[in-house]
Amino acid sequence: MTSFDPHFVRRDIPLLERVINDHAITYLDSGATSLPPRCVIEAMTRYYELRHANVHRSVFQTASEATAAYEGARDLTARFINAPGGAEEVVFTKNTTESFNLLAKSWGWANLHDGDVVLLSEMEHHANIVPWFQLREERGIEVRFIPVTDEYRLDLSHLDELLNNVKLVSVTAMSNVLGTINPVRELAVAAHGVGALIAIDGAQSIAHGPTDVVDLDIDFLAFSAHKMLGPTGIGVFWTRAELLNEMPPFLGGGGMIADVRLDGYTPANGPTRFEAGTPPIAEAVGLGAAVRYLQGLGMANIDAHEENLTRDALQRLEDQFAGRVRVIGPNNVVNRGAVVSLDVEGVHAHDVAQVLDQFGVCVRPGHHCAKPLMRRFGLSATVRVSYGPYSLAQDTDVLLEALEHAVKMFG
Amino acid sequence: MSNLEDLYREIILDHYRSPRNRGELPSPPAQRVEGFNPLCGDEIVVYLNIEDGVLTDIKLTGQGCSISQASSSMMSSAVKGKSLEQVRDAITSFKQLMTVHASTLQENGQPVEADLRSLGELAALQGVVKFPVRIKCATLAWNTLSQGLDDQLSN
Repeated sequence: MTSFDPHFVRRDIPLLERVINDHAITYLDSGATSLPPRCVIEAMTRYYELRHANVHRSVFQTASEATAAYEGARDLTARFINAPGGAEEVVFTKNTTESFNLLAKSWGWANLHDGDVVLLSEMEHHANIVPWFQLREERGIEVRFIPVTDEYRLDLSHLDELLNNVKLVSVTAMSNVLGTINPVRELAVAAHGVGALIAIDGAQSIAHGPTDVVDLDIDFLAFSAHKMLGPTGIGVFWTRAELLNEMPPFLGGGGMIADVRLDGYTPANGPTRFEAGTPPIAEAVGLGAAVRYLQGLGMANIDAHEENLTRDALQRLEDQFAGRVRVIGPNNVVNRGAVVSLDVEGVHAHDVAQVLDQFGVCVRPGHHCAKPLMRRFGLSATVRVSYGPYSLAQDTDVLLEALEHAVKMFG
Repeated sequence: MSNLEDLYREIILDHYRSPRNRGELPSPPAQRVEGFNPLCGDEIVVYLNIEDGVLTDIKLTGQGCSISQASSSMMSSAVKGKSLEQVRDAITSFKQLMTVHASTLQENGQPVEADLRSLGELAALQGVVKFPVRIKCATLAWNTLSQGLDDQLSN
């Protein structure tokens, strides 16, 4: 556990060998997607080279191995988040967005009615806003928002009033714009106190520290493999078995049925009810490899490493760019993850990012799919810097040097 | 850094720092049309005064990156006082300039020479095509103007 060294992690990441515009790549966009280690890429390659077959059907040797690999990934994922009912509670989706659509269109459709309230926050990603607006159009539910304070935290001072008639609280564990880590356990207690359930967007938090659904006392969790060193194309939806078994099917087709007749069908039980069609098998194998790799590094070690990087970046931004660059997010590392959004005085985020690219620095300009939050702070775009387990303080050196050029060019 | 200089020509930075035709026109009578770039959150509002088939005045408000702001400023200078036919031609020429891909390639694989003379200083934006992600920034104002002309026709 104490042997964590980001330099060792870097050796495992092929993409960090890239040279961009004559500079070694400085990858600071892990909040958008993380870089997979060789073991993840090789696990997927090995799967395609040795074991590729469709799952849950054929009885030949490679098909058995493919099924074992796919279901093994489900089991690894369940353990990773401490799912109390194990693998039977883990549904593989396409990504976090699809997980929220599953929640809204299956659980929401069956359980929410006219006048029921879904409580979100102003710092949600569009993935945890738009499905609820869509359900509102069909079901007449109310969508309500927990405001965000000027200190970039959830304003819970009127939580009791906000919880009136709420059936579901659905919030992010960590803002993809601000880096703010929300008090999930406190919100879970409050939600359960009024008989509501709580769903958590774990897209950002999942790779940056331990996630324990029992300890957090939550009811639903959504996240994506590609933000935790895994491949794109696969995400996770978790809920307790008793809730999952009551949820109606979402997408219809092969794989999700127990029986189909000429007069109708009977859906399968368990996670497969929500996995219509051939699933992303190689991607599940990649996710399983990513889980093993992260567990090898130790989530608490990653958490501590990224906290150091964030503290260092916040301090140096203040020292070198005070008055020229504003951090849109908490100015300390208390309950804060390794996502640092910047508003560069007088320079649009896209122009900053374009100049940074010339130095091989990869950051994300834009509204980060959180337009309500951007409006809250009167911004149209920020430059977002985000770190991963392979990031170094030297990445911040290059960032700050390139930022100096950007400020001069447009100043 | 040659690439970056291709993108950020001095005249582009000049229009960005001192945008032309900024502001609003009373609407009505002016045609008011909004444009959004959903990828980056840029927003623009274009006001058009059209009399007897001539775009007599144009004003713009909104926020965006240097490319979108410079492109909208240069567009306003280029089309103000022109007949609607000339405005449409300018939109077509500019959008051709902003097109990469196969349609602009001749059979031998050489890019078709755009008629840069007809575009005047707008030709400075041709470096944008080397940065495909930024093409939407450059075309936002033009698409919004085009929408405004269509709206005007249907009124």
